[in-house]
Amino acid sequence: MEIFSFVKRVPSTTANVEIKDQQLDTSGCEFEINPYDRFAVEEGLRQKEAAGGGNVTAISFGDDAAQKELRTTLAMGADAALLLKNDAADSADAATTAKVIAAAIGERSFDLLLFGKQAVGHDQHGVGAGVATRLGIPCITEVISLSISDGQVTAQRGVEGALETIAASLPCAITCQKGLNEPRLASLKGIMAAKKKPLESVEVEIPALALIVESTQPPASRPAGRIVNNAAELVDALRNEAKVL
Amino acid sequence: MSSILVILETRQGELRPSCLEAVGAARVIADANGCAVVALATESANLDAAVIGAAGADQLMIAAAESHSADAAAATAARVAKEISANTVLLAATVRGRDITPRIAALLDTGFAPDCTAVDANTMVFTRPICGGKAFSNVKVNGDVVVASLRPNFFDAAGREHTAEVSEITSEVAKAQVIEVAAQSGERPDVAEASIVISGGRGMESPDNWHLLEKVADAIPGSGLGASRAIVDSGWRPHSEQVGQTGKTVSPELYIAVGISGAIQHLAGMSSSKVIVAINKDADAPIFKHATYGIVGNALEILPELAAELEK
Ligand SMILES: Cc1cc2nc3c(=O)[nH]c(=O)nc-3n(C[C@H](O)[C@H](O)[C@H](O)COP(=O)(O)OP(=O)(O)OC[C@H]3O[C@@H](n4cnc5c(N)ncnc54)[C@H](O)[C@@H]3O)c2cc1C
Repeated sequence: MEIFSFVKRVPSTTANVEIKDQQLDTSGCEFEINPYDRFAVEEGLRQKEAAGGGNVTAISFGDDAAQKELRTTLAMGADAALLLKNDAADSADAATTAKVIAAAIGERSFDLLLFGKQAVGHDQHGVGAGVATRLGIPCITEVISLSISDGQVTAQRGVEGALETIAASLPCAITCQKGLNEPRLASLKGIMAAKKKPLESVEVEIPALALIVESTQPPASRPAGRIVNNAAELVDALRNEAKVL
Repeated sequence: MSSILVILETRQGELRPSCLEAVGAARVIADANGCAVVALATESANLDAAVIGAAGADQLMIAAAESHSADAAAATAARVAKEISANTVLLAATVRGRDITPRIAALLDTGFAPDCTAVDANTMVFTRPICGGKAFSNVKVNGDVVVASLRPNFFDAAGREHTAEVSEITSEVAKAQVIEVAAQSGERPDVAEASIVISGGRGMESPDNWHLLEKVADAIPGSGLGASRAIVDSGWRPHSEQVGQTGKTVSPELYIAVGISGAIQHLAGMSSSKVIVAINKDADAPIFKHATYGIVGNALEILPELAAELEK
């Protein structure tokens, strides 16, 4: 089975967010693989094994620094990596990113595309379904369990208050939610092996952005809170002051 | 006259409540720009045209599909958007809404503003949280049609007297299809939809103490139960109840955090709640910095008192 797992280099979820000139400034942040993309890499490795063979290719749309995250996926066990390189990749919104990725992989042959359900940071939830739509293949989002046999895909996902089971056939795109698997850590052997695995880099163009960020600001500050002495005072405040009960 | 299209989410023929908020937001934009509001249920459903009209829609279209398919829903929506020359397409940012939004944008070859918490009806600048709510961006879609999803609990249905004019339409063919929907057990609303959420963290000390939280939830009709990741990872509660970066994002009127320290990844899921209450024995717990009201003390003692006060 030919599997593409998509990974993005994102600011760490614990990073402090700086805003400079009304724009997000991530220059001081630590970066890491988007946590949801780890599920996508892990699932690729598992599905390849279940299929009894094939390749897992990790693909990132990013700048040269994303080679580090791609090496991590190779150390986890991916067979090859592909960097869709553009220094302005992080300025691209999800719709534009989907367009770039769909154009870049459209000619390649694959059975399964695996994405994180969202990239933390931009939090747009849109690349996987956008790529699939542009390629005309089915996509199942926020998947927590996945089985594939004879080209038939069955997946589950949580929606508000219910669990959905969704069926599709290959080729198919999946976006991965926590619960799908437990991503492995790279072993020392894996890290050594990763150095010899192929990491291809191709320049890609970014079309006009589909979402323009005009400005960015910190969250509106919350009014200072108040410590109350007991449950009775709390209920009184909620009923008569905040009026939420 | 150009129109604003709003996608209605139904499950087993029942309308999901947050869609009515999107209809209300569409009404505000429509009134500022002289447009009509068309609500579209992408699957067959038994909808009350008076409810949809009251929320702000002029027309209600109901597609014929028997079950949900995100790709078919998006294709039907994109077709209708073209037929009615929609300048804007709005959805609720639910799991299904988040799924369909990028597809509609791709089919219309435009951009989308996801998970928005506000919109300026004159400039069509949307405000949306980024980095798990650590910052907010003001964004504008660059394309012929503006597609946006709206975070539940931030917009209001119009609340007017009007009955939408109903028509039935065909659906597009599905690629991926929902074949089963299993409702979660229990009477409580999902944590992402509840207007009041009571969440427990490691300070609850044991899964055997969860009945204390449930008692409080029972005393507040319509409330939902949540949990921190520490609790879900320990297997005390299902992941469907997890609030935070790797769980659900909630914006209820009232969020009560019990024995939760307020880690940045937990805050990512609940910091946009209107009123936040923290109950924690550590007066220095970070959660208090975000709380509207706090009680410093042992949750296991405070919860029964709280339940008793609420029942008064
Ligand atoms: C990539 C990533 C993603 C994450 N995603 C999430 C997420 O989605 N959601 C999430 O919640 N976390 C998430 N986390 C974990 C997060 O960092 C914290 O570890 C977690 O939120 C802690 O849960 P807690 O507050 O229940 O426990 P703790 O941090 O252990 O806090 C327990 C609190 O209870 C108080 N306490 C103890 N006993 C009592 C008592 N008897 N009465 C009153 N108070 C008491 C303590 O003072 C303390 O403040 C994530 C972490 C990472 C790295």
